Amino acid sequence: MIVLKTSQVTKYFFSPEKFKVLDSVSFEVRRGEFLSLVGKSGCGKSTLLYVLSTMDTSYEGTVEINQQLLTGKSKDDLSEFRNNHIGFVFQFHYLLPEFTVLQNVMLPALKLAKYSKDEIESRAIEKLKLLGVYSQANKQANKLSGGEQQRVAIARAIINDPTIIMADEPTGNLDSANSKIVFELFDELSTNFNQTIIAVTHDKDFASKTNRIIEMEDGRINL
Amino acid sequence: MNLKLTTSIAKTHLLSRKKQSSIAALGVTFGIAMFIAMTAFMTGVNHLLEETMLSASPHIHIYNDIKTERPSIVEELFLEKKIIIHHQRPKLEKKNLRNASQIIHRLQEDKRVFGVSPSVSSQVFYNYGNLQLSGFVSGVNIEDEDRLFSLNTKMKEGSIEDLMMNSNAVLMGAGLAKKLNVHKGDRINITTPSGEIFTLNIVGIFQIGIGQIDDVRSYANIGTVQRILQKNKNYITDINLKLKDLYQSKKIAAEYAKTFNYKAEDWETANATILISFTLRNVITGATVITILLVAGFGIYNIMNMTIYEKMKDIAILKATGFTSKDVMLIFLTQSLIIGLIGGILGLCLGFLMSLGIEKIPFNTGGFLAIDHMPVNFAIKFYIYGISFGLITTFVAGFFPSKKAGRIDPVDIIRG
Repeated sequence: MIVLKTSQVTKYFFSPEKFKVLDSVSFEVRRGEFLSLVGKSGCGKSTLLYVLSTMDTSYEGTVEINQQLLTGKSKDDLSEFRNNHIGFVFQFHYLLPEFTVLQNVMLPALKLAKYSKDEIESRAIEKLKLLGVYSQANKQANKLSGGEQQRVAIARAIINDPTIIMADEPTGNLDSANSKIVFELFDELSTNFNQTIIAVTHDKDFASKTNRIIEMEDGRINL
Repeated sequence: MNLKLTTSIAKTHLLSRKKQSSIAALGVTFGIAMFIAMTAFMTGVNHLLEETMLSASPHIHIYNDIKTERPSIVEELFLEKKIIIHHQRPKLEKKNLRNASQIIHRLQEDKRVFGVSPSVSSQVFYNYGNLQLSGFVSGVNIEDEDRLFSLNTKMKEGSIEDLMMNSNAVLMGAGLAKKLNVHKGDRINITTPSGEIFTLNIVGIFQIGIGQIDDVRSYANIGTVQRILQKNKNYITDINLKLKDLYQSKKIAAEYAKTFNYKAEDWETANATILISFTLRNVITGATVITILLVAGFGIYNIMNMTIYEKMKDIAILKATGFTSKDVMLIFLTQSLIIGLIGGILGLCLGFLMSLGIEKIPFNTGGFLAIDHMPVNFAIKFYIYGISFGLITTFVAGFFPSKKAGRIDPVDIIRG
């Protein structure tokens, strides 16, 4: 089953001068694929990820996720869609520092409000256990080490059972041991839970172990 | 549910920087406290003055105003205006209301009227020993006058019944009695404008609380003054009345002036200077309070802007994980409103304490007004205004930064 489809996605940067950063990108992603987007810096891979993530809306062409056309939807509809269907993991862990680990994981689910608060809490605990950071659940988020924070961020990304996890350099800021752990977690989610994952990375080792690699060059993809 | 979530995020944000939040709230606290204390004091003063003024001045005063500008007989005879008389001398005019008993009767029939008190007033000299002081004597039906001005409660010596039972009796203003050094039971000579001298018994001393009245006026029975002036029983110079609704005075006074063709002066016109001072005081209070709240508002605006600047990454994360612009805006607007609410409630308490303090300050008017402490008004409506102003200020101050927060584009922040 195809969960993500882009056709002819083209995007320009206008400052400092007009520059075609994505050039007619068309590809499809099937359910359960663990895909890595690679390429030299400036090739447009991150830009493409943000277009796919629905956060960047200024592009030409179309993006569909789950057979739903997302191009042209309002910002608020897209927020809701992200809440429901997309989990994010960033290079810098970006947890909310004033909240505890558990609260950080619960927030997107509380926003979605599909389950009661108690259910959300037990689901969050389950995810934290899955990622091996349950012991830190009641700590303030900014008291954790980088590797632990990234695992919490993954727990947060999967709390709403998203269609796709999108990761922007998830190991870019981690040492090799933590990078390995993060990769293994992604891999586990992909194999055991049939979770679709798209990760932008320039870590060759990381990319080589994924199911599929899409290489980008000058805004185009080489399928 | 969404509101609950945004509120709980807002609370966590506020609690994570207690110092900043409390400073912002303190700004509102001082603003509101000043508002409460100032309005309490200012309106307290206004009320006191208004009450004192109204206790001594009728809502409408009907009298015969002397007109010197009048058409002369010559002008009336030669209508073609060939003859014009300039600079006429005042002629001898009677000061009384000619159809007084009819007017009184009609006023008493009027349903809007609370009480009517006719009187005969005259300028007199009070003589006691070698001292001669000028003043007024008002001949009244003391019961009618009491109904209007509650004289009974203002008696320092004697009572109004003493006046009713004696024909050559007089109730004297406290200031006047003090100057003449007379007391209840003394006798005093008065000289009328036409030079007659009468001896009256002082049966009581009253104090209304306004020096301008207490220093010059005395009350006698209407018949006594008519006799002193050598006038008949129908001679009435003034009619004072009070209405059920004092704010109708202006309208009704104009109506009476037209109907009876005499001057009818309402209390607002008679006391225009005092009323203007009320307005000016209110303007000053308003300006001060608005300035304080504006400063508090800018404080909140600044703190909110700083907070949002610091929280850019968090906002980006919230938006990336599915919070809408409206949610983000609500989170920050709620913070601002919580600051306003807490600061405002503390402000009300502080304002109340300040009002209590002001009330304890002794204040000596030198006998001009019948008070010994600062007047303070504890009306609940000012507390409602206070908290409303506080919330409106913080809402406005928080609105624009919050809106900005809502518009933050997460991609810009996350990609750097």
